[in-house]
Amino acid sequence: MTSKEPVAVVGIGQTKHVAARRDVSLAGLVREAAVRALEDAELTWADIDAVVIGKAPDFFEGVMMPELYLADALGAVGKPMIRVHTAGSVGGSTALVAANLVAARVHGTVLTLAFEKQSESNAMWGLSLPVPFQQPLLAGAGGFFAPHVRAYMRRTGAPDAIGSLVAYKDRRNALKNPYAHLHEHDLTLEKVQASPMLWDPIRYSETCPSSDGACAMVLTDRAGAARSPRPPAWVHGGAMRSEPTLFAGKDFVSPRAGRDCAADVYRQAGVTDPRREIDAVEMYVPFSWYEPMWLENLGFAEEGEGWKLTEAGVTELDGDLPVNPSGGVLSTNPIGASGMIRFAEAALQVRGEAGDHQVEGARRALGHAYGGGAQFFAMWLVGDTPPTT
Amino acid sequence: MTPHRPARDVAIVAFAQSDHRRRTDELSEVEMVMPVLHEVLRQTGLKTSDIGFTCSGSSDYLAGRAFSFTMALDGVGAWPPISESHVEADGAWALYEAWVKLLTGEADTALVYAYGKSSPGSVRDVLSRQLDPYYLAPLWPDSVALAALQAQALVDAGHTDEPALAAIAGRSRADAAANPHAQLPGARPQGEYVVQPLRTGDCPPVGDGVAAVILAAGDRARELCARPAWIRGMDHRIEAHSLGVRDLTDSPSTRLAAERAGAFERPVDTAELHAPFTSQEVVLTRALGLDDSVRINPSGGALAANPVMAAGLVRLGEAAARIHRGASDRALAHATSGPCLQQNLVAVLEGDPRA
Repeated sequence: MTSKEPVAVVGIGQTKHVAARRDVSLAGLVREAAVRALEDAELTWADIDAVVIGKAPDFFEGVMMPELYLADALGAVGKPMIRVHTAGSVGGSTALVAANLVAARVHGTVLTLAFEKQSESNAMWGLSLPVPFQQPLLAGAGGFFAPHVRAYMRRTGAPDAIGSLVAYKDRRNALKNPYAHLHEHDLTLEKVQASPMLWDPIRYSETCPSSDGACAMVLTDRAGAARSPRPPAWVHGGAMRSEPTLFAGKDFVSPRAGRDCAADVYRQAGVTDPRREIDAVEMYVPFSWYEPMWLENLGFAEEGEGWKLTEAGVTELDGDLPVNPSGGVLSTNPIGASGMIRFAEAALQVRGEAGDHQVEGARRALGHAYGGGAQFFAMWLVGDTPPTT
Repeated sequence: MTPHRPARDVAIVAFAQSDHRRRTDELSEVEMVMPVLHEVLRQTGLKTSDIGFTCSGSSDYLAGRAFSFTMALDGVGAWPPISESHVEADGAWALYEAWVKLLTGEADTALVYAYGKSSPGSVRDVLSRQLDPYYLAPLWPDSVALAALQAQALVDAGHTDEPALAAIAGRSRADAAANPHAQLPGARPQGEYVVQPLRTGDCPPVGDGVAAVILAAGDRARELCARPAWIRGMDHRIEAHSLGVRDLTDSPSTRLAAERAGAFERPVDTAELHAPFTSQEVVLTRALGLDDSVRINPSGGALAANPVMAAGLVRLGEAAARIHRGASDRALAHATSGPCLQQNLVAVLEGDPRA
């Protein structure tokens, strides 16, 4: 068995994420991100061997299998095109499927893209189609996750204010990211704390927006990376894990699938102390309290200690372990693309190309995504040098 | 396009499918899937926890609800947590994703499954929702009407005629008489026109069904199966979406995928083609250059059972099962997706030489 081909990220493109892109079709939206990724890599459509696309449920735009219609816009005609769908983790899973095509030496250079154009339809109702024996309506994702946040607070004794600290931090970080959806220049911590309670204990300013947007990456092999005009980000580890939605043994506060997934990625990357060895984290935090929860789930803090890192400012942009320097899902949430944005932003950090939200000297960064009822996980760890194993 | 040589020997080692039926009102998707998963695992003696990677194919639009695949996953028994993924497409593409995963060496076995229940809605109308949402979908052109356009183009080009199409229908359903899972086994009349030139007999049945396969690499495959169906090559290609810019009488994507999969290096003895309409078999056999020496769709094909999202995976499974039984040494399996054969996948499967 020959070893895997190293995988490099050589192109990244995003749209400016906004509430509604009424000026472009679905095809126009995805093409914008793809063209930017190609320009970043200084490649053309002819250099792309395959396209791997992801998005969340088709009901969000009301188009069944939209990749069929998007084949032309993404230069896929005559090429292989595969569509991944793993709920909210899909942006991450899509990048991993694309990376595997390179790692397995099936293709040399692959375009991967994830998108959501929520303004074409209504995501909340897209998720609220009643079937027998299930809750017909949970009033959006917040209604599902709020009890688990409450369980975390009770379990760890975290003070009520932690969630607002995360939201205030991420929204300030977003001001430094030109592609972020929410640019709230006059936001204060007091305003976050005074915002309406939506699903106790989750306040309006602690929830993600609904965005239109797309994110694309060009992944390539060692030879492709050697031709890259800008520094590549190298994939040091990647994994997916899934567990059932509902069963008696499930820990919604710290799902085992998340812990197992992180452990697999760290094993592949040779990371034994993530808190010390990882320089930046792009974490899927759709509701602010998930930052301290995932800090524990991903092994950055002992059980019950995650909120202390947040409270101490460790996760601030200038902290010891910056989390979501881009502003994260709390500032930008085109659902199907949100996971890929995490992966792409991690890659931007180790390429030194993150602009005003660059973490000084970032050499290893984690991209993280989750979805469903906190049951699907996808993560990758990228570095500024090729993997040695 | 030169064939791509896979970096690792991977085989289909087990295949199971449901009986495909017009409706399954009494069963949830999970209840449909479970017996097939149990059967495919039983064939190998593997348990869920022994599987290195799991991948499924299905469609929310058939299920009528978002994230429909999550319930089926609960049925798989994903505990302790498993390495798993899903494609919103025919299970043949889930098999492709799993094959690539095995080629990386990150897993030695994979479980692939796919399911579709067409019965709750009108599948002709549902499939029209996969067309260009701005210009085409608002007109609700249904899948049979689009296939009829393609069929008429073939007739006009002199590549087939109605008696030849009827012969394909008759052969497929006669072959299906030996397939206990088929929905339409045995001879039946061509019937009236549905959309000219396609008659009832030229169209697939509407039905519900499930398929599952197990993949394994190298020595693991030999341990699990007496005669593994080795995947010598597999590739898929997509064409433009708009029917107006395609030559509907040809399938360049199928030919390209077949070249890349190595299908033309040596003759195949069997071809399982995912052609829901008789006319599409004409397009595919021409694109693949298949002659009378090749046994086409001995299972009866999609004309005898067409569980949408599983029918392509069934083709791969049927071709592999023929190799397992020793009825084939080198088989081609094909799956399609999208209107009028827009996207096509080809795999070449081989058994070890017989002593």
